Amino acid sequence: MTAGLSSSPNPESLVVLDSVQKHYVMGTTIVRALAGVNLTIRRGGFWAIMGPSGSGKSTMLNLLGCLDRPTTGTYTLNGNDVGSMSDDDLSDLRLRELGFVFQSFNLIPQLTVQENIELPLFYLGWDAHKSSARASELANMVGLGDRLGHRPAELSGGQQQRVAIARALSNDPSVLLADEPTGNLDSATGEQIMELIVDLNRGGKTVILVTHENDIAAHARTRLHMRDGLVDRIDGEA
Amino acid sequence: MRELKAIRNIRLGIKTLMLHKLRSLLTVLGVVFGVGSVIAMLAVGEGASEQAMREIRKLGSNNIILSALKPTEDEQTSSGQSLMSIYGLLYEDEARIRQTIPGVQRTVPVKQVRKEGRLGERALELRVMGTTADWFDLVKRPLLAGRILRNADIADNASVCVLTEAGARRLLATEHSIGQTLRIGTDSYIVVGIVGTEESGGNIQTPDQQTDAYIPLSVAKERHGDMSIRRSSGSIEAENVELHMIIVEAGQRENVERISSAIETMLKRFHKKTDYHISVPLALLRQAEATKRTFNIVLGSIAGISLVVGGIGIMNIMLASVTERTREIGIRRAIGAKRRQIISQFLIETIVLSTIGGLLGIALGLLFPWLITRFSNMPTIVPAYGIALSVCISVAVGVIFGLYPAVRAAKLDPIVALRHE
Ligand SMILES: Nc1ncnc2c1ncn2[C@@H]1O[C@H](COP(=O)(O)OP(=O)(O)O)[C@@H](O)[C@H]1O
Ligand SMILES: [Mg+2]
Repeated sequence: MTAGLSSSPNPESLVVLDSVQKHYVMGTTIVRALAGVNLTIRRGGFWAIMGPSGSGKSTMLNLLGCLDRPTTGTYTLNGNDVGSMSDDDLSDLRLRELGFVFQSFNLIPQLTVQENIELPLFYLGWDAHKSSARASELANMVGLGDRLGHRPAELSGGQQQRVAIARALSNDPSVLLADEPTGNLDSATGEQIMELIVDLNRGGKTVILVTHENDIAAHARTRLHMRDGLVDRIDGEA
Repeated sequence: MRELKAIRNIRLGIKTLMLHKLRSLLTVLGVVFGVGSVIAMLAVGEGASEQAMREIRKLGSNNIILSALKPTEDEQTSSGQSLMSIYGLLYEDEARIRQTIPGVQRTVPVKQVRKEGRLGERALELRVMGTTADWFDLVKRPLLAGRILRNADIADNASVCVLTEAGARRLLATEHSIGQTLRIGTDSYIVVGIVGTEESGGNIQTPDQQTDAYIPLSVAKERHGDMSIRRSSGSIEAENVELHMIIVEAGQRENVERISSAIETMLKRFHKKTDYHISVPLALLRQAEATKRTFNIVLGSIAGISLVVGGIGIMNIMLASVTERTREIGIRRAIGAKRRQIISQFLIETIVLSTIGGLLGIALGLLFPWLITRFSNMPTIVPAYGIALSVCISVAVGVIFGLYPAVRAAKLDPIVALRHE
């Protein structure tokens, strides 16, 4: 099913956080959204980040997604020191190493399914022919091979999220990051999306998702619980 | 690869704009009118100078035309009584101009008299022009039949005449009538040739007229003399005029204005009254340029204001679009788009918008001059470079007014942009 989307499951450390802190300045007070996180995620892992509201999950995901840099400490993604990179380098790193899946799907409304899936390839500079072949391969994989010409508005929520997953995979990222991917879906559809993600992980893709639902977190092989900007506990595979 | 991306960006831009057709159309109206005005302005300018060039060609581009003018003071003093009025250009004027003003190539003196011409039963009042062979060089008209006057005709006091087309047709009926004898007053002339004439259109008076008869100057001097007497409604008018017209040819066009002012100075010195008129065809060009300038100021202001207003309109819409599409920008940035790729996306979109406005403006710019010509008789020519210029202006408006919204879009923090509702 995931043939061609290879990512060999070796136990090498893909994500390494070393005493990472993230501070936000709110007027005169400093909010320590992350207060010193140490974490290693191996290639092929499937992690769920959990915790109460305000515990630092989103901050953590933004950081892991290279949308932000740590205030102190170091974050190494696939050997790249994220903290020292320029904005352009971070863009490049996201383009090559990461795939994002969002709670609200975040497809671009004026683009077709195919064009949405091709978006990362467009920025990677792939030619149109190769991109379009890749887009149909991925659309078939998520079961939407016959919807390539449709607009997002013409699809159901579950279908939109499948397109978003196909888009996140098109650049064959090292890590698939998902922020409450089932949050906007009914439980049956959410379950189908989770099955798709589980399949991807079985195929070797490293997955990190944020959720506050235990049923969803149950699909992950490792659960990381956060509290007040710190790792509270980790259960499952280390 | 880069070009391919640009094309895809342009396609995407068009697609996005097509989502809001009416809004996009209203947005570009300023550019439409701006570009329309630019083209209309150039068309009026081109038309005016082209017309001036045509008129100059009729008059001879290197010519200065002096004509005798009956001074108005004479008319006041003569009130009803018979009085001899002496005015006009002198034989000496012609000699002095030819001999003393540098840059003068040739001069053509003309002695004019109105007389009835008769050929068989047909009669027609002719403007009889005693002149030299050079007339036909300076007032270039097609020779329709026979020949023009020759230097030998003047030297020999030959009784020959050349008619203009319209007059010839009314007198002779056929072109085969070359060689016939025409009576002018009491004298007989052999018709040796027929020449064409130019319509005196608009504000200019061509030296030739529809019913001219050209005879050797020597013959005119001998037979008509300088004095003419005309009876009209009880009073007798006597005039003494040596020359009615002198056409001066400058060797080079650059000298025309200098020569004409030298002539004016000279005539002022030797004439007590202003009994002459100096007409410089080249001055028409200046006049056309003045018209052009006036139109340029009016239409240029419209164009400038429209383009600025249009540009601001476009900027406004693009800023709204950036806000509306904040989420899209966040998505693209998260996926890995660099800031400058966001800039180029929005910039291309703005340029597409302004260029569409420019193309509509070109359509308007073609319609506008057509209407001007239709309702004011002012000739207009839309120059090809004007269309190229308009496309450049439209693109420039897109770049100038698109840059700020595009930079704003690119500056958005992807995290904030993704959270935007
Ligand atoms: N951009 C920001 N500016 C200021 N404070 C922030 C910002 N983002 C998050 N925070 C604060 O950091 C803490 C962690 O927030 P967040 O990572 O969103 O937690 P979670 O996603 O677990 O709810 C909260 O106290 C929140 O108010
Ligand atoms: Mg959150």
